[in-house]
Amino acid sequence: MTTTQSYSVDELITITAARELVDNSVVFAGIGLPTLAVSLAQNTTATNLEVIYESGVCGAHPSELPSTIADAVLITDSEAVLTISALFGYVLQGGRIDVGFLGAAQIDKHGNLNSSVIGDWDAPAKRLPGSGGAHEVLANANETFVIMRRHTARAFVKELDFCTSAGPDRVIAEGGTPRSRGVTKVFTEYGVMSRAGAGEELTLTAIHRGITAEDVVAATGWELQVSPELTVIAPPTEAELALLRDEIDPSGVYLR
Amino acid sequence: MSTLAANRKPKVMGLRDAISTYVHSGDTVSLEGFTHAIPTAAGHEIIRQGITDLTLVRMTADIVVDQMLAANCISTLVSSFVGNSSAGSLGEIRRRIEASGPQNLNYVEYSHYGMVCRYLAGAQKLPFYPLRSYFGSDLPKVNPEIRKVLSPYPGPDGKPEEIYVVPPINPDVAIVHAQRADQWGNVQMWGLTGIQAEAVFSAKHAIVTVEEIVPDDVVRSDPNRTIIPSHAVSAVVPVPFGAHPSFIQGYYDRDNDFYRSWSAISADEALLAEWLATWVHGTTDHSEYVELMGAAERERLSVAPAMSQPVNYGRRR
Repeated sequence: MTTTQSYSVDELITITAARELVDNSVVFAGIGLPTLAVSLAQNTTATNLEVIYESGVCGAHPSELPSTIADAVLITDSEAVLTISALFGYVLQGGRIDVGFLGAAQIDKHGNLNSSVIGDWDAPAKRLPGSGGAHEVLANANETFVIMRRHTARAFVKELDFCTSAGPDRVIAEGGTPRSRGVTKVFTEYGVMSRAGAGEELTLTAIHRGITAEDVVAATGWELQVSPELTVIAPPTEAELALLRDEIDPSGVYLR
Repeated sequence: MSTLAANRKPKVMGLRDAISTYVHSGDTVSLEGFTHAIPTAAGHEIIRQGITDLTLVRMTADIVVDQMLAANCISTLVSSFVGNSSAGSLGEIRRRIEASGPQNLNYVEYSHYGMVCRYLAGAQKLPFYPLRSYFGSDLPKVNPEIRKVLSPYPGPDGKPEEIYVVPPINPDVAIVHAQRADQWGNVQMWGLTGIQAEAVFSAKHAIVTVEEIVPDDVVRSDPNRTIIPSHAVSAVVPVPFGAHPSFIQGYYDRDNDFYRSWSAISADEALLAEWLATWVHGTTDHSEYVELMGAAERERLSVAPAMSQPVNYGRRR
């Protein structure tokens, strides 16, 4: 069933990401589009997906869509609430997370991420929030999905201004042993870039309807490789849009 | 049978006395609370007392840090996240770090687990704490306290293994907020308990502000609920609504409107100064701040009950 309805970039990204979540996996999600993607997957293709929030909440059963990772509605009726040291030490570093979800200000072709500064760290043009738990998610989750709403050459860069969170290639370059595959999927307004893990570049593997590979290459700061098996992503279905709009985010907390 | 000494001294203090006794200019102060139970009222009292030159340690530096910076309380900030949750920017922090501003804040940047490990090392009096973070990241380049050592044991592949370590943190005082405590400072908390216990145990002194002081038998009816025992606490201070604009599970909700409004207030130095003049310098203590919020605001943030089932500890017959 294909829709004739119009939909927003946020809805398109959320639905595309939800379809990639494999059932029975353990997902570490932040608030915003990742929360929506996980909820949509739980309502469609991945009903046994388990979500863990950075605040320490496992098995949340919120009465309404949470507005932060620590929203009181995530705690009431949840299955477990862990301390921060248990969450980061046992759950993340302990290797219990299959898929992490992150955003960033800048990403490079190996899926290294900058969420600290634009410009020089010592005298930045713009100070960003920094790592939070992003560094540990990328280092420890088996794989990480990244959502970048705006696909521009300022965000998809040849050289990061600062590497807050390192993928496996940078870990190896420093003589370390990677514990994760790093970024495996990047979801944007134009489509999906993918890589399997260390040694591979992010490659354009799927585009949204109406977008050309040339559009995406032009909006990327490195020489983006295009997969010979490039596919066009099936547009959101009526059912997916109805779930998102009427059941998951009816008051438009994230879908504005 | 009671084993409590008759001369045991209650640890209840007022907030003004607790801050003036345990927080001094130049100190290293940890303020913790991971989105939940942020000790805002204590931060405001530090501002009122004109305390300066603090090294402030806080994993998620948010609105209260922006306010303390604007009031010139802080010279060094040790943190792993500087942001107003998902509600926008922190104007004062940005001004003091970014190239276009005065750049008069010494900022020490970690990741969340790096901060957790600093508290774990501090609480246990260890020389450092190892973690599997930081390989490949630029963070160790801008923060020389994040160092790499050779593990004395072989790695999983049998070869020598290098690992990053972080140093302990032992603040002069840790300040946290919780739901309730007894007069002795046994602190009970539920919902997100964050890093509060580690922060308290890492510090030389600890001030715990609470929504209410409860009778001893309430605490002793559920001892597993106590996340910080009396012996680790220097002062316990009743401060209702002491975490506003953050929330207290079961007591009041997060003031999301205030979080969203902070972006615009903090973007404008004059507006920010006016906010401090009205809400902090213009109130003699936190009860006046709560008065100023008004009954309608307190009602807006109120929550319906969701009681837990009591557990049976048993008693020997």
